[in-house]
Amino acid sequence: MKFTGFLLLLMGWFLVLAAIILLPRQGSRAAFMLAGIAVELLGLVLVTRTYMLENEVSQ
Amino acid sequence: MNPLSLAPQPLSEAGTLLVCVLVLMVPLAIAGLALLNTGLGRSRSAAQSMLGSICILAVAAISYFAFGYAWEGYAGLPQHTVSIAGKPWGWLATGPFFLHGLPLDGSPASLAALLQIFGVALAALIPWGSGADRLRLRAGCLSTVLFAGLVYPLFAHWVWGGGWLAQLGANYGLGRGFADAAGAGTLQVLGGLTALTIVWIAGPRYGKFERGQQPAVFPGHHIVFVLLGSMLMLAGWIGLNGAGALLFAGIAPGTIVLVAVNTVLCASGSLLTAFFVTHYRFGKPDASLSANGWVAGLAASSAICASVTPAAALLIGMMLGGAIPLLTETLELRCGIDDPTGGISMHAGGGLWGLFALGFMGRFGVPVLGQLLAQLAGIATLLGFVLPLAYALNWLLNKLVAFHSGGEGERAGMDMYELGAGAYPEFVIYADEFLPR
Repeated sequence: MKFTGFLLLLMGWFLVLAAIILLPRQGSRAAFMLAGIAVELLGLVLVTRTYMLENEVSQ
Repeated sequence: MNPLSLAPQPLSEAGTLLVCVLVLMVPLAIAGLALLNTGLGRSRSAAQSMLGSICILAVAAISYFAFGYAWEGYAGLPQHTVSIAGKPWGWLATGPFFLHGLPLDGSPASLAALLQIFGVALAALIPWGSGADRLRLRAGCLSTVLFAGLVYPLFAHWVWGGGWLAQLGANYGLGRGFADAAGAGTLQVLGGLTALTIVWIAGPRYGKFERGQQPAVFPGHHIVFVLLGSMLMLAGWIGLNGAGALLFAGIAPGTIVLVAVNTVLCASGSLLTAFFVTHYRFGKPDASLSANGWVAGLAASSAICASVTPAAALLIGMMLGGAIPLLTETLELRCGIDDPTGGISMHAGGGLWGLFALGFMGRFGVPVLGQLLAQLAGIATLLGFVLPLAYALNWLLNKLVAFHSGGEGERAGMDMYELGAGAYPEFVIYADEFLPR
């Protein structure tokens, strides 16, 4: 799960890079960049949840 | 290799003198952060914390001197580039190791090297503080080698060395490219995210999180250290922001007044809002969370200091100060992050907010959307590339040198465990959390 979380972080970054390189219009570029950052945040949540499970941290 | 066209403006004699004075103020920020880290930790780890701070300063300076600067470079110096869709992407400088060939004569490149020797040491103290009370000294030092010698130079080259983030404006029309005048991203967020990886890997202190119970509170042992450190950091930060803005944002020497005013206002707004938020929530103001607000404001000011109005700086600080106590609480209560100093929320949180706010409040003379997208690209790079890289490196390092000292280190205190002597040998000034109550 932790590996998947870090993979999501990287994939989100690649999405942002792809938006910068491939999309010439600022509107569509902004939408894809925000999507990339959302994927990164998903990865961050996944890594955090895995850390909490590993350390038996109760909320 | 591709020599860049982003050559910096040469400094006048007065400008060189001004930068020298400002750079020499930065060690005050290092001393302040070391005091803050120590004060928020346990009394039985205080000597290890302070010794560790000096050791980390030394390791960071040597690592950056040995190979950090070579990989970071400076705008206008040669770099490795890859061509993507016909555009050059600078990703690593090609300078010689050990500052070889760099004339240390007051040139902008030499002043940038000096500033970053101090800057990288400041950033390396952030993870040391977050790992307080359980992180071994040798692990902290070895982690600093990776930070100052590899992770920091790579990202700093992209931002300050004329790399691809700095070129987003020229290559893709994204405003002026990723803007970070004095290191909100390159120093503060980088340090804060590295701190997060250290906490993830080392784990919490024993007894912090027990199943079915609220997280235990381990209060800092010396709040006077914390507040004195916070005040010292202001002087250091004015030096850091001023020198950074002169060297990396190319401001005129007279604009240093705006930089100093914005730095103070951003930190002040953040402190006072944190003060009132904690007063409202807990009935009385919380000194350590207010100090966290102050430092977070300083971290955010590193992004905005040269490019926003004073009113905007105050507003940015006030918005941040309201969020910092909540973020610190969320990280601890909801995410299981045991960060004794709050370094992750104040440095990473404050820095990220400053970078984002600069996108829509910065006065760059370019369309706001373009600049905002450039800032988002930098933020995405910090989260999506730098964080996994720092985690991977520290995870491997933890296999060689265990980060967590184990139960004995925490019970006896890091002072006795690692140094064999305490910081306050004539006094017993703490209650042992391990004794039954």
